Amino acid sequence: MELIKKLKPIWFLLALSPAVYLVYLIVTDGLGPDPAKTVVEFLGTWALRLLWVTLSLTPLKLITGSGQFIAIRRMMGLYAFFYASLHLAAYLVFMLGLRWSNLWEDILERPYITVGFAAWLVLLPLAVTSTNKMIRRLGKKWKQLHKGVYLAACLVILHFIWLAKSNLLEPIIYLTILILLFALRLIKQTAKTKPVVAND
Amino acid sequence: EKFPGRKVWPSSTDEALTPYQDITRYNNFYEFGTKKGDPAKHAGSLITDPWSVIIDGAVEKPGTYTLEDILKPHDFEERIYRLRCVEAWSMVVPWVGFQLGDLLKRFNPTSKAKYVAFTTLNDPEQMPGLKLPFSSIEWPYVEGLRIDEAMNPLAFIGVGLYGKAMPPQNGAPLRLVVPWKYGFKSIKSIVKITLVDKEPPTTWNKSAPNEYGFYSNVNPNVSHPRWSQKRERRLPSSLFNPNYVETQLFNGYAEQVAHLYKGMDLAKYY
Repeated sequence: MELIKKLKPIWFLLALSPAVYLVYLIVTDGLGPDPAKTVVEFLGTWALRLLWVTLSLTPLKLITGSGQFIAIRRMMGLYAFFYASLHLAAYLVFMLGLRWSNLWEDILERPYITVGFAAWLVLLPLAVTSTNKMIRRLGKKWKQLHKGVYLAACLVILHFIWLAKSNLLEPIIYLTILILLFALRLIKQTAKTKPVVAND
Repeated sequence: EKFPGRKVWPSSTDEALTPYQDITRYNNFYEFGTKKGDPAKHAGSLITDPWSVIIDGAVEKPGTYTLEDILKPHDFEERIYRLRCVEAWSMVVPWVGFQLGDLLKRFNPTSKAKYVAFTTLNDPEQMPGLKLPFSSIEWPYVEGLRIDEAMNPLAFIGVGLYGKAMPPQNGAPLRLVVPWKYGFKSIKSIVKITLVDKEPPTTWNKSAPNEYGFYSNVNPNVSHPRWSQKRERRLPSSLFNPNYVETQLFNGYAEQVAHLYKGMDLAKYY
């Protein structure tokens, strides 16, 4: 049963649903008195969540032995980038009123924005090179390049921890999940390579 | 209408008021949770009657006073103040209350009273936010003012807004309102006022001293590590027509308070 693969349109719609919900909130005036902040935080949270979903697919494959999870990895990764880009755009348009000079000032002077922007910059080439054509053209280099997603995830969690004012509960939950996902890869990969080492 | 005979303060701002539902549903009161909507959801559990306030330290008449004792001699006044949050948003609020200085004078501060220290209620049974793990804040919430700041006619004790009793999420039954300082200085749900001779510790300063100073005067020229302080979003704001206004030094109250800081480097004493 290749359910994950077969239900691809469902995953597509599920990942899109936060954006649809946000549009609904905008149209129905349901964002509260400070809509700019609400929108920026909403998009940032979903960018993080979808990046974490993307990063969970390989560990899921390693655990279950089923390769079908990889079928939705590109889609989820692109969704993470989609929400991250909207997050950045909403910050620039709604919070800064399109004052580019304020954006540069924030990127230079406010460390949590610096690392958040850096995370987006790391994700950008990954999104650009996600087409089949680019995968073929880049060959081995593609895999190397796309390891950048680990760096992006570290920057994203740093961004999230740094911007928390006092309550670290939420960032710590996401950090724990990230560490778990990284650990699963390491354990499974070491387990996989061990017999080879033993045969040497 | 809880304060029918309230006086009208002649210096109130004539800027558009922030609607009641926004003032009461968009709050920073971390004792009830860290999200803006949390206090409105959870502060119903705050018991404001009976309430008492300890007044001690460098005063001739220390003691524990009931809320009735505290309020009785004062004539209530409505003052419309700008409220500027350090997070770069602001509101215009019609408070009801009385001057802090009038309250303090009743207890005869002595010559040792150089500062005033305030404490918020600290009861996890009533305040679910106090039970959250991984908080960098040390409870109870404490704040402070220099005595001359506290005696300035603008420093105010709020007991209501929009002519109604103070909602719990806004700091019932009594809170400080210091309109020329960032909002977090205006400590809510006060249970203790102590007159002291040294600068008292303040909550956000303890949590992140490089971000929040003791004075925390609204100042567009002193940048904050998290938010540019040059502008503010006046709430309610809307997405496509954001209501930005330029932030003013001392939140526009320079005429009344600038003399308190004469000769002080405001970038150093932020």
